[in-house]
Amino acid sequence: MVTLRINGKSHTVDAPSDMPLLWVLRDLLGMNGTKFGCGVALCGACTVHLDGIPRRSCVTPVSAAVGHAITTIEAIGATPIGKKVQQSWLDLEVVQCGYCQSGQIMAAAALLAKIPSPTDADIDQGMSGNICRCGTYPRIREAIKQAARKQTTAEREG
Amino acid sequence: MDLSRRQLLFVGAAAGGGFLVGWHRPSGPRILAAAAKAAPAVFAPNAFIRIGRDGRITLIMNQVEMGQGTYTSMPMLLAEELEVGLDQVHLEHAPPDDKLYSVPVFGFQVTGASCSVRLLYEPLRRAGAAARSMLVAAAAQTWSVDAASCRAEKGVVTHTPTGRTLRYGALADKAATLPVPAQVVLKDPREFKLIGTPAKRLDTPAKVNGTAQFGIDVRLPGMNIATVAASPVVGGKLAFVDDSKAKAIPGVRQIVRLDDAVAVVADNMWAAKRGLKALTLRWEDGPNGTIATADVVRGLAAAAETPGVVARNEGDAPGVIAGASRKIESVYEAPFLAHAALEPINCTVHVRPDRCEVWTGSQVLSRVQAAAAKVTGLPLEKVVVHNFYLGGAFGRRLEVDYVPQAVRIGQQVQGPVKVIWTREEDIRHDVVRPYYYDRIAAAVDARGMPTAWTHRLVGPSIMGRWAPPAVTNGIDPDAVDGAVDLLYDIPAIRVEYVRHEEPALNTGFWRGVGVTHNTFVIESFIDELAAAAKQDPVAYRRALLGKSARAKAVLDVAAREAGWGRPLPEGRGRGVSVLYSGWGSYLAAIAEASVSKAGEVRVHRVVCAVDCGTVVNPDTVKAQIEGGIIFGIGGALWGEVTLEKGRIQQSNFHDVRVLRINEAPAIAVHLVRNLEAPGGIGEPGTAVTAPAVANAVFAATGKRIRKLPLEKQLRPA
Repeated sequence: MVTLRINGKSHTVDAPSDMPLLWVLRDLLGMNGTKFGCGVALCGACTVHLDGIPRRSCVTPVSAAVGHAITTIEAIGATPIGKKVQQSWLDLEVVQCGYCQSGQIMAAAALLAKIPSPTDADIDQGMSGNICRCGTYPRIREAIKQAARKQTTAEREG
Repeated sequence: MDLSRRQLLFVGAAAGGGFLVGWHRPSGPRILAAAAKAAPAVFAPNAFIRIGRDGRITLIMNQVEMGQGTYTSMPMLLAEELEVGLDQVHLEHAPPDDKLYSVPVFGFQVTGASCSVRLLYEPLRRAGAAARSMLVAAAAQTWSVDAASCRAEKGVVTHTPTGRTLRYGALADKAATLPVPAQVVLKDPREFKLIGTPAKRLDTPAKVNGTAQFGIDVRLPGMNIATVAASPVVGGKLAFVDDSKAKAIPGVRQIVRLDDAVAVVADNMWAAKRGLKALTLRWEDGPNGTIATADVVRGLAAAAETPGVVARNEGDAPGVIAGASRKIESVYEAPFLAHAALEPINCTVHVRPDRCEVWTGSQVLSRVQAAAAKVTGLPLEKVVVHNFYLGGAFGRRLEVDYVPQAVRIGQQVQGPVKVIWTREEDIRHDVVRPYYYDRIAAAVDARGMPTAWTHRLVGPSIMGRWAPPAVTNGIDPDAVDGAVDLLYDIPAIRVEYVRHEEPALNTGFWRGVGVTHNTFVIESFIDELAAAAKQDPVAYRRALLGKSARAKAVLDVAAREAGWGRPLPEGRGRGVSVLYSGWGSYLAAIAEASVSKAGEVRVHRVVCAVDCGTVVNPDTVKAQIEGGIIFGIGGALWGEVTLEKGRIQQSNFHDVRVLRINEAPAIAVHLVRNLEAPGGIGEPGTAVTAPAVANAVFAATGKRIRKLPLEKQLRPA
């Protein structure tokens, strides 16, 4: 048995230690917002946060997630940055098929947490691991910038 | 805004055949049990609209949502004439039903070929208008007034002279007793409130918080998860399985053998994947087991020496070219391409003796149903298909190959089983875009302007397999689309199609379909002619577009917005391409690109002008063009599936390279608005892109690339 802290709640699951976190989330816990895209950390669809750091859950053994705060798309909206990112995604109509967007939003939230006002190069760096086959990249870039502006405004006002 | 967005309902298919209706709230979805659906659908004048006594307005989505925005554009068409706001409607996936939901022209239920808005623009408006006129008539009867003195707005009928009002819900019972009008008057487009406005997409909220349900997300009580290895060679058979190691893996429940595949059934995907890896397998490859890409190309090249069926013929183009003192001839090749939609192929089934249920995302729901019925021997009505959001499709989910496979697995499994292909399986068993081989030639006059044009294109007939009645006189309308629509004013034109099947790979539609391949050939070749004539590529095209004002208009807008002719940084070039096809949309794209010494292409900027006639949702049109361009760039630069020993060599995103955000250019889309019939928009953005990029590479380097993918040709030897 393994105990994980996911989105602030404790979950105990019967998973072998090498089982990727992705399948623990999806198949054992029924948290389906995190997506399977490639299985080998090439597409980013499965991105979650471990202590705020973006990780590809498809190659993260559950044993490596024990003791860390795991955040998934289901709860990223509860963080101020995640909420701004989701709102910018809505404002700019980023989404098409939507399958990659959980991962994109998780990657974007982590990027903004690390770099509040990312440059284009920062966005390239932080987001190039996340594939979108619908080609929403131009809007993802703009949405990150918009979320950054809101964030820095909020900080100034706060 | 956001009350409306929060109130939007999304619908997922539920276990047991009914629809589960979820209420999207900021706090997350609340799944209402089937009781929610039991809210009386009192008034259902057609297959698209249900209005309950409680005022609930449900729109049934006949066209599936794979990112292209149909779950917003279809509601806009219905709501415009029904006189309701998008904030008042609930959406529901349509079940498979060719009688209720067939698309005009195709004659069956299909979402593809950029057809949804193009072909349903009128039918859905009529459905909305019929319902509205019945609701107005019901109100008029209630008040004993003339229907002409009543108006409908936002789900309420008002008697204008007295100001009395009745909500649609209160009218539902009476409206249901009235005859459906045979004739309805549609709104004048100038009165549109929704159509033509940048409405917010209705599917977005659930897609930013992880609650949107894709096929892969279905969960059923007692469900197992399976993953598959099918014969790596088309037509191959499973010869031997040693499953002793796989069976020892905790969580592995069962190994299912099919004649051409093996599946590991497990408690979860991880156990299934480990089980699959632990199998020792041997395949009987059959006759395709020796084929390599070069064999396919040899076959196509030989077929290109033979005449084809004539798809367009004006003047004596071959004769003019044979007798011309100046002629230009080229051969173009376009490779096999994988779709690589981000949601890997998956299909969940529950096969019982008297019933079969299927949960999957498909562009062709009625075909899913028919495929499952065929395998099980059950009548259609005993096969229930639940549709979902599609995690990308790009033509891949126009095929149902994965459905019979899942059903055959399900026949051997107790209870429901979700069959998920690994990414590797998804790539290696893709139904790939065909390899095409084109011979194209032109005679030119003293000024370098074309006097004759022959285009012989060689490839398989996808329509011949997928929709045989569409092939008339041996002409596959998809294969020749775009080529037969050549807009350039040339006195003699001959387009020939040589059908050449290469059975080593299953081939199918890929975003932009036949046009993607043909536009690459045509727009690269016209660029060759312009270069040979030492003329500006835009001016050269413009001079040939005298008979197409709409094409000329988009070309002019693109040239202006791109700053055509203005100096570029050293090493950069601009390339142009123009597109028109059976979709009825006109596009012009201008790409800026540079090429490194290592042969790496960087596309810096793309400007695209689009005239797709009447626009339903301009923001969606722009999004589709942006995405289409990005899909097209990745395909043009790197897209290729190769064969060795009958096996697809690629397997995952390390060798199926697709464009990433750091490689994506700045894109500007300019709409040329008018009230012409609506054209398709999902695919042309992809189709217009490859030649614009190839022509930009030519402008930057002087290298004319006639064989895709581009970078492979540009790499130093």
